[in-house]
Amino acid sequence: MRFVDEFRDPQLAKTLLERLHQRARQLPFSAEKPMQIMEVCGGHTHAIFKFGLDKLLPPQLEFIHGPGCPVCVLPMGRIDACCEIAAHPEVIFCTFGDALRVPGKRGSLLQARERGADVRVVYSPLDALTLARENPQRQVVFFALGFETTMPVTAVTLQQARRENLTNFTIFCQHISLMPTLRSLLQQDDVRIDAFLAPGHVSMIIGTAPYAFINHDFGKPLVISGFEPLDLLQSVLLLVEQVCDASCKTENQYRRIVPEQGNLLAQQAMREVFQLAGDSEWRGLGLIEESGIALTADYASFDAERRFAPQAQSVVDDPRARCGDVLTGRCKPHQCPLFGSGCTPHNAFGALMVSSEGACAAWYQYRHREEAPQPQRAAG
Amino acid sequence: MCIGIPGQIVALHEQYRDRAWAEVCGMRREINIALVSEGDPQRLIGCWVLIHVGFALSRLDEQEAQETLAALHAMEEVEADVAMFLNAGETR
Repeated sequence: MRFVDEFRDPQLAKTLLERLHQRARQLPFSAEKPMQIMEVCGGHTHAIFKFGLDKLLPPQLEFIHGPGCPVCVLPMGRIDACCEIAAHPEVIFCTFGDALRVPGKRGSLLQARERGADVRVVYSPLDALTLARENPQRQVVFFALGFETTMPVTAVTLQQARRENLTNFTIFCQHISLMPTLRSLLQQDDVRIDAFLAPGHVSMIIGTAPYAFINHDFGKPLVISGFEPLDLLQSVLLLVEQVCDASCKTENQYRRIVPEQGNLLAQQAMREVFQLAGDSEWRGLGLIEESGIALTADYASFDAERRFAPQAQSVVDDPRARCGDVLTGRCKPHQCPLFGSGCTPHNAFGALMVSSEGACAAWYQYRHREEAPQPQRAAG
Repeated sequence: MCIGIPGQIVALHEQYRDRAWAEVCGMRREINIALVSEGDPQRLIGCWVLIHVGFALSRLDEQEAQETLAALHAMEEVEADVAMFLNAGETR
């Protein structure tokens, strides 16, 4: 496909890797203490594992798979609240497919459907809006989930609903903002991140300016990257060259999609519909200041939680799962005691196994057979 | 979750100003263009856009794409020169 195949050229990848290995030898890092590069995008995490990019890196470099997948950081209590709303007989509950199997304390939305709830998978929030028009006697709720990439899409959908005076359409708002989380990670003493690969499609909306604090306040280089193997390798090379040259700035490798100022129409739609709403809980990371998003006063009547008032659910993550440690680079997925036994993609116990973009699920899919410990043989 | 797919806008919607038809992998489908449409939507015809959950979210800048590729190719050429130089050095 156009602009996909070109960015997968194996010969170019080989050249890039040679350059990367050469430059990495000049880094003030070693195999014992590698430069830790955090990617904060589930799409990047998946691509890194799918193409085996982490195994191609020079020994002086290492990826940390940060909190870049909105499904992975979705607290269990929020799923319980969704299931409670979905159980109302008049409700058609619409969700992206990614969230269908995420377990709450009392099961997933899929299990709620098996119990009789009308839960439907939609491709776009506009599909949910169509359902609301076609079913005026029902209440249609859209599970609005995601970072700044999906937020403007929800915003435009709500603007449309408001223009049409639809009174049977609401959203369950689980939008979250990425930047407060990056700040929170950088403020933790025992987390070492040397550089960031920033998400291409979040950046296409917000632009490059919001990342400046990472350079100025924390002295970490950052490159906004595309999703193809060559994009990611080139972005890593740009980070390495910044460190070698003692430079620290935000660079935009994904210029074919990401304008410097972002998408101004999208930013305007987001400002009209959403506002920052104090602290928000992230699964695996706990409460993060000023990372929550809520509807503005003009759009408050589209808030499903206001309409259905589900019980507030607080579910503590099981202490045996080391999701938080994986998200912050303190351990690798297979070093978690539950990995591959108590926690698999088919029976996910922890957050990062839930979505295919989670670090644990990607590790399981692409690495498990090679690197998982094999207790029987070890015992024998 | 945030992955998008490139498509080319081939026609505007007959009825709705904020919708258009895009070709994605040889298939035609309806998309919403509210977030990329400033001024006359006719100007979008023929443009490549990144599509996410039914919305065009960014114009794909063909020149930037070509420049990124050209930069990568240039690196390959430089590397080839270096490799030839080094190999020549070894044989001497």
